[in-house]
Amino acid sequence: MDAMLDPTALQTLWFGLIAFFFLAYFVLEGFDFGVQMNVATFWRRGSRTRGTVLETVGPVWDGNEVFLITGGALLFAAFPEWYATLFSGFYLALLLLLLVLIVRVCAFKWRSKVDSERWRTSWDIVHVIGGFAPALLWGVAFGNIVAGVGIDENHWVTTSLLGLLNPFALLGGLVFVLLFWLHGTLYLALKVTGTLREDANRLAGILVWPTILAGAAFLLWYQLAHSHAGWTWIPLVLAALALVAVVPLNRLRREGLAFTATTTAISGAVVTLFGGLFPYVLPSTGDPANSLTVANASSTEHTLTVMLVALCILLPLVLAYTAWAYRVFRHRLSDEDAPMPGSELLEKAKKGYREAFEQE
Amino acid sequence: MEALDIARWQFGITTVYHFVFVPLTIGLSLLVAVMQTKAVFSKDPARKDAWTRMTKFFGSLLIVNFGIGIATGIVQEFQFGMNWSEYARYVGDVFGAPLALEGLAAFFLESVFLGLWIFGWGKLPEKIHLLTIWAVALGTTASAYFIVAANSFMQHPVGAMLNPETGRAELDPSQGSILAVLTNVTTMAAFPHVVSGAWLVAAAFVTGIASWHMVRHHNKARDLGLETDEGADHHHAARDLFRPVVRFGVVAMVVSAAVLVVSGDFQAQIMFKQQPMKMASAEALCETETGASFSILAVGGPDAFATDCDGVTHLVSVPYVTSFLATHTFDAELQGVDDLNAQYKEQFGETVTDIHGDVLTADYRPNLFVTYWSFRLMMGLAAFSGILALWALWVTRGKGDSARTTGSKLFQWFAVLSIPMPFFANSAGWVFTEMGRQPWVVHPNPDDPTIRLMTTQAVSSHPAWMVATSLIAFTLVYGVLAVIWFQMMRKAALKGVPLPRRDPETDELDTPTLSFDY
Repeated sequence: MDAMLDPTALQTLWFGLIAFFFLAYFVLEGFDFGVQMNVATFWRRGSRTRGTVLETVGPVWDGNEVFLITGGALLFAAFPEWYATLFSGFYLALLLLLLVLIVRVCAFKWRSKVDSERWRTSWDIVHVIGGFAPALLWGVAFGNIVAGVGIDENHWVTTSLLGLLNPFALLGGLVFVLLFWLHGTLYLALKVTGTLREDANRLAGILVWPTILAGAAFLLWYQLAHSHAGWTWIPLVLAALALVAVVPLNRLRREGLAFTATTTAISGAVVTLFGGLFPYVLPSTGDPANSLTVANASSTEHTLTVMLVALCILLPLVLAYTAWAYRVFRHRLSDEDAPMPGSELLEKAKKGYREAFEQE
Repeated sequence: MEALDIARWQFGITTVYHFVFVPLTIGLSLLVAVMQTKAVFSKDPARKDAWTRMTKFFGSLLIVNFGIGIATGIVQEFQFGMNWSEYARYVGDVFGAPLALEGLAAFFLESVFLGLWIFGWGKLPEKIHLLTIWAVALGTTASAYFIVAANSFMQHPVGAMLNPETGRAELDPSQGSILAVLTNVTTMAAFPHVVSGAWLVAAAFVTGIASWHMVRHHNKARDLGLETDEGADHHHAARDLFRPVVRFGVVAMVVSAAVLVVSGDFQAQIMFKQQPMKMASAEALCETETGASFSILAVGGPDAFATDCDGVTHLVSVPYVTSFLATHTFDAELQGVDDLNAQYKEQFGETVTDIHGDVLTADYRPNLFVTYWSFRLMMGLAAFSGILALWALWVTRGKGDSARTTGSKLFQWFAVLSIPMPFFANSAGWVFTEMGRQPWVVHPNPDDPTIRLMTTQAVSSHPAWMVATSLIAFTLVYGVLAVIWFQMMRKAALKGVPLPRRDPETDELDTPTLSFDY
């Protein structure tokens, strides 16, 4: 029992790295989800505005999602036992998540490929689902991971889908939805101009209140009932302060700082959740001996070393070109105009297309 | 059906489906990169104009296709844990590494640079923008490498040992560890085969579509007459826009075919050493034979193939060819399925214990009907590509002013018909290699067979209804997406390119920018 709660330094480091990938995923894909939710908020403005909203994440959402795909693969490589138990145990929840993630990708890629109002509207509905549902499902999933589930001696999860939908996990789902919605709204305010920008700022001013309430309730409940660490009060308080700071920053229209604040809040929340989970990775609510821990769910020291070397070489490269991509696309998009800056050229090209078409 | 069978069906359906789109993405990203390179470096404005239009045209098809490949790829990664958790536990220490490397080295590269390529025109200098599509092509190819390395560990485990305490496979530094996994001879043979298979898919795709438009413009020009402006435009489109692409596609087909044959030949030889059962079942070879012939047509109901090898009758066979394929000698001895089965029973046991602790009778024979026909389908479908390449080369012969195009409707329809054939061949190849490995999920390495796992020991402990739910859900969603994908690709392919116009005052071409609708 003691050995299983006493991970090596390398195992601990890898637990931190997995946490980092989920942190990056939630911070980055978090605003993608929020932006997609805002397709619903600005529904009545018509499909053109919805297109502008979506285009703010157009060049980057795909790379953001890779943090999940790579994080999942790293979880497999570094903690195969955790991966196997978690993914088989949360079967139906993950099935739902996968289905939503699949159609969401298609919505991004295909929405503007057919010039028809009905077509775009249909994909916009998928976008709204693709924003809300994954946020909710991730929240529920993490609520269950940190609180623990029933696990038998084969390391098979015994909790059913209905068991996963407990109040704590559902609150987690609500928090994830609100937090990402706020985060995405502030991102939108940063990336657009005109009335859309102002409306996004106003929406953020409203969304921040329920987010503070639900977030505080969830994190306090977690810290008091399920956390295995005392030091996580620090990131918890940091997350809370950052979220409260959104209120004045938003009023002053300091958009960059407000977005930094929600980024800090999400980071603080993820650190709190993972920090409080340690030294477990999936606690058993029944016999504690069946719990999965950092020590008993990991790969061998050799594999962890190999993967650490690979990560040290590849991750800096990834972060460098990702940062460069964000720099290339740092400019604001305007509310009304064509889907791309440099619209004159585009119009010319479109005219050429149309001419060629009509002649046939 | 039991959960195991449903889980296998799900893996088969989702993987074959995923691998309809992936080879096109891998191959087309490379071909589009070459097209854009030609566009950027062409000195002649007319050539530059032509290749820019083609980059834009095939680039927009690439974008439509890219999304669905990514979307269905997530399922693959999750599925190992969801349906095959006992497999994941058994090999996780080894198998997770190439998957993680794929994410770090390939997926980030292709996703981030695809975004830069689609949205980066006008924001990036021309040559940097060109580099972004090359980065995408590099990323897609690298992802194929890592996933083939992971798969090769299942075909022929190396660089690892069995930990007797945990009963699991672990990377072993004394056997070369991850480097041995990444340089597995099985990987070295399979990777060029998979990648050239992807090139062939894309090359046939490009040749087929370009041929169709070339014929269309040729006929329009003929109907309108070359003396009319419009007729001249169509003549220009057939001869200067699409004809070069047809020939470009043919070159790509020839290169892919050469790599396919050489790597496939190498694969057959190592398969004979590493997985003799797969080789024998590819031939539905029952008894051990010397100078084994290559069967072209065999009959016997599916049952005869599956359960009773002797029920198979070979009608047409070419003598000695199978022995030659396996060893490059005509009189080599090839072991038959029944002999190998008896041998494996002795070596690995008459029984196998599944995940629930039930003891089952072990049968080491794959489904012969599937292996026999998928192997033949994979090779036989190549005939379409061969005919298309020769035909296209013939109808576009000539140089300079005597460069020909064709108005043949027969050629036009054959070109279109040839597009899906390499897709089917790719699927058949994967079906063969995966079904031929059965009943193993990790096939024992003949040099050190300690690491091995049978499929029945790999599956998650789920009730059948649960796996059936996901099978039905995936199949339905995939079905709908396939219909939408096909309609969009068809529409985008039919659209063709707008014909170039010259400004009457400046005599400049209206070469489009490399922008994409999003």
